[in-house]
Amino acid sequence: MDELLGDFLTETAENLQTVDNEIVLFERDPGNRDVLNNIFRLVHTIKGTCGFLNLPRLERLAHAAETVLGKVRDGQAAVSPAVVSETLAAIDGIKVILAALETSGKEPAGDDEAQIARLNAAIAILETPKVELVPEPVIAAEPDAGAGRGIQSIRVSVALLEQLMTTVSELVLTRNELLQHLRTLKDDRLAVPLQRLSAQVGELQESVMRTRMQPISNAWSALPRLVRSLSVELGKPIELDMQGGETELDRQLLELIKDPLAHMVRNAADHGIETTEQRKAAGKDARGRIVLKAAQEGGHIVITLADDGSGIDVARLKAKAVALRLVTETDAAQLSALQAQRLVFHPGLSTAEQVTSVSGRGVGMDVVRANIEKIGGAIDIESTAGKGTQFTIRIPLTLAILPALIVASGGQRFAVPQMAVVELVRVGANSEHVVEYVNNAAVMRLRGRLLPLIHLGTLLGIGNGRGGGDYVLIARAGNISFGLIVDNIFDTEEVVVKPVAPILKTLSVYSGNAILGDGAVIMILDANGIAASLGIAGESDASDALETPVREVAQETDAMLLFRAGSPHPKAVPLSLVARLEEFDAAAVEWSEGRPVVQYRDALVPLLAVDGALTPRVEGRQPALIFDDGAAIVALMVDEVLDIVDTHVDICMTSDLPARIGTAVIAGRATEILDVAHYLSRAGSAGSIVAEDKGGRRVLIVDDSAFFRNMLKPLLASAGYRAMTAASADEALALRETGEHFDLILSDIEMPGLSGVDFARAVRGDDRWRETPLVALSSLAGEEHVRQGEAAGFDQYVAKFDRSRLLDAVARQLSGEAA
Amino acid sequence: MIPAKLVSVVLGGQLLGIDVAQVQDVIRLGAVSPVPLAPRWIAGVMNLRGRIVTAIDLRARFGLSPRQDRAGSMCVVVEHQGEPYGLIVDDVGDVIDVDPEQIEPNPPTLDRRWQQVSDGIVKLDVLMVLASVRAIMDADLAAAA
Repeated sequence: MDELLGDFLTETAENLQTVDNEIVLFERDPGNRDVLNNIFRLVHTIKGTCGFLNLPRLERLAHAAETVLGKVRDGQAAVSPAVVSETLAAIDGIKVILAALETSGKEPAGDDEAQIARLNAAIAILETPKVELVPEPVIAAEPDAGAGRGIQSIRVSVALLEQLMTTVSELVLTRNELLQHLRTLKDDRLAVPLQRLSAQVGELQESVMRTRMQPISNAWSALPRLVRSLSVELGKPIELDMQGGETELDRQLLELIKDPLAHMVRNAADHGIETTEQRKAAGKDARGRIVLKAAQEGGHIVITLADDGSGIDVARLKAKAVALRLVTETDAAQLSALQAQRLVFHPGLSTAEQVTSVSGRGVGMDVVRANIEKIGGAIDIESTAGKGTQFTIRIPLTLAILPALIVASGGQRFAVPQMAVVELVRVGANSEHVVEYVNNAAVMRLRGRLLPLIHLGTLLGIGNGRGGGDYVLIARAGNISFGLIVDNIFDTEEVVVKPVAPILKTLSVYSGNAILGDGAVIMILDANGIAASLGIAGESDASDALETPVREVAQETDAMLLFRAGSPHPKAVPLSLVARLEEFDAAAVEWSEGRPVVQYRDALVPLLAVDGALTPRVEGRQPALIFDDGAAIVALMVDEVLDIVDTHVDICMTSDLPARIGTAVIAGRATEILDVAHYLSRAGSAGSIVAEDKGGRRVLIVDDSAFFRNMLKPLLASAGYRAMTAASADEALALRETGEHFDLILSDIEMPGLSGVDFARAVRGDDRWRETPLVALSSLAGEEHVRQGEAAGFDQYVAKFDRSRLLDAVARQLSGEAA
Repeated sequence: MIPAKLVSVVLGGQLLGIDVAQVQDVIRLGAVSPVPLAPRWIAGVMNLRGRIVTAIDLRARFGLSPRQDRAGSMCVVVEHQGEPYGLIVDDVGDVIDVDPEQIEPNPPTLDRRWQQVSDGIVKLDVLMVLASVRAIMDADLAAAA
């Protein structure tokens, strides 16, 4: 393309952006001559240059716009919405022609006579009465930004900046090489200047990095125009207030938040702000207000978008969510206002009753949220009925630089983003942690739980199988944690992330690549991709803390150990209840009182069969699951361990067999869930087998997890209690209304809707259950939690998985002893 | 479109021609970081003056046995769909002018894998395979080979 034409296009694109905003400003303040002069001058420049470059179609349209603006300027016409609308339409026409020019280098065919006629008509209406421009002096006319400041910036092409960045990167590498040589040479004459060079290169690198930053107002520039046209289209006067536009953000991110922001502004104008009549009726200013703010907070940019509209109608949103089967009616009733508001981020939920041309076209806040999460950000909502809605977006300052941990496997280095790394653990001979194997699946015990492990080398096909691997890097992907076994862990390094070549895009285990300080290229591992490739990811890829409760409920998963024993049908127990997996030599099986036993950790442990008929193998090795509740240890014989699956356990069928909780579908197959408590009760001498008669004391179990309810009920039953269950605090409180009475209540803490702590307050706040002992079941038993729970009225805290302590606590509370 | 100028390269004793218009750079092959799980013919990624370039093992792509030692190999950097790729070859020769008259279609007896990635045969003193960068980069084709 002609260089002159190229320059013209760049300059005009910028000018037009300014014109858009100036016209909106002008409409609001028609007396402001400065603004009008600016607009006139810009359009005039476009027209003039067109003539020079021989672009007749563009020139004609610009000329028509200039004429209209000229008449307004000279007071021959007044500013009316029609004039502004048509001028903006003409500018749109100019943009279309410019876009064609940019791609083809020629003006597109056609003419703009219709637009020109409309432009002339817009002023014609007003020419007859000849309205004078309001002569009133403008009070404190907004000073023209930048006027009198002289030139503070120049235009540089992005390509040049990128090139500069590349050169600086190379310079850094060269410096590193020099420093390396210096270390071997030990020449003092070089040391000092090299030190200085090193510092200067560092500074240069930082400055060049900063050139990628741009004020966020660049992403906002189209918004005033958008609000103005929405205002006209919807017939609601709306004001857009933008603050903090100077906040700087990476150029790449800027592009990525543009569309989500425009979408949200559109939503606010359409759904958020009420009609003028409604506003007046509510005693509000007829003019709606949208406030957009940006500020830097640490390594993040926080953007808030607030409207002063009607707020979100929580009841209607809930009704819609129920209608769409996103939540059940009971769950919906339990949602707090804030949790319910977050439903707007669900696909298919848009609060407007009617689909308008402005929004409600099927692109919802779910897409906005997805886009923001894609760039490592988060979004939340806060709405007050009648007052308005505020969205808060947090995004990282830059996508480009990522702190990463460098690890090695199979002789190669890989980078893992620090964000995904939870913990590093050393394994092996001199460590308390060891890698154990279930069939071929590696696991590790960490703070009482089994953590699935993956050999990075095996995963990538570069390792030598089982051997090696001294370190476990515990990574989090969404709400799933897993350990990556690696050979070595090096330093952390800040790397500049570059996308992988399209040809490698199909490899989901990588999220990008980068050049290390020593010049080598390194692949960046993607924890989510690794989890997904292994099929251990949850039902959603969500990794944020802003999950709506609906998804939390849907995602509640338990790690289940699948195995075969006695029959070809798979059986399962919760992995958390399995203390160990052992293989006993068939020769080591002894018999005592007609029952098989093995020696295990200096004790005789009964070898139990899932069902009575199974006898231990007579040769080879006998695999077994070890259950240990602190008091009793049993070994349950299995034929084969199949897998560990993280899944949502939904008991479809309860069972009459004593050792079964019921049947659930796991990994697509009907799987019998065994009752571990049943087997533990068969341990040791006959004395503990028969449950004592506890006089049928009544215990209520409140837990949202069907799995735990089903687990605890038989446990308590086998200990001689009469147990009842409730799936939520509300359900439990409903039992109170029906006049039920219990001797003790066991309640979960983390529940959707009313939490365990709130539940305790409700129990203590009413005479009927005030004296009933309350025991909290929690996986979060931090001191702070315990204090909070006790303040709310809990008598004792017990960890969810600790069977013996649980029974002990129940017994103590019932006998009136303090814990 | 028939290229007017070709960079001649040697691969397993066979002369190949690559369209000059697509060639950005010719370098001596440096350090390549392998990309596990990638197709076998993708040698890895390398650093070309601050740019990350995907290195293609052209021997593997053409179904030839790998060289014992990659040291001394050359790398022809081409641009394909806006991304740089480095084609690893045994040696790089001169840039030659080609007359369309000199190009003939692939002989039907040519190995199927070569048929895929060859746009024809250039009749020079020795015969030269006109390498199709587009076909070389086509992962689906490669997977089918």
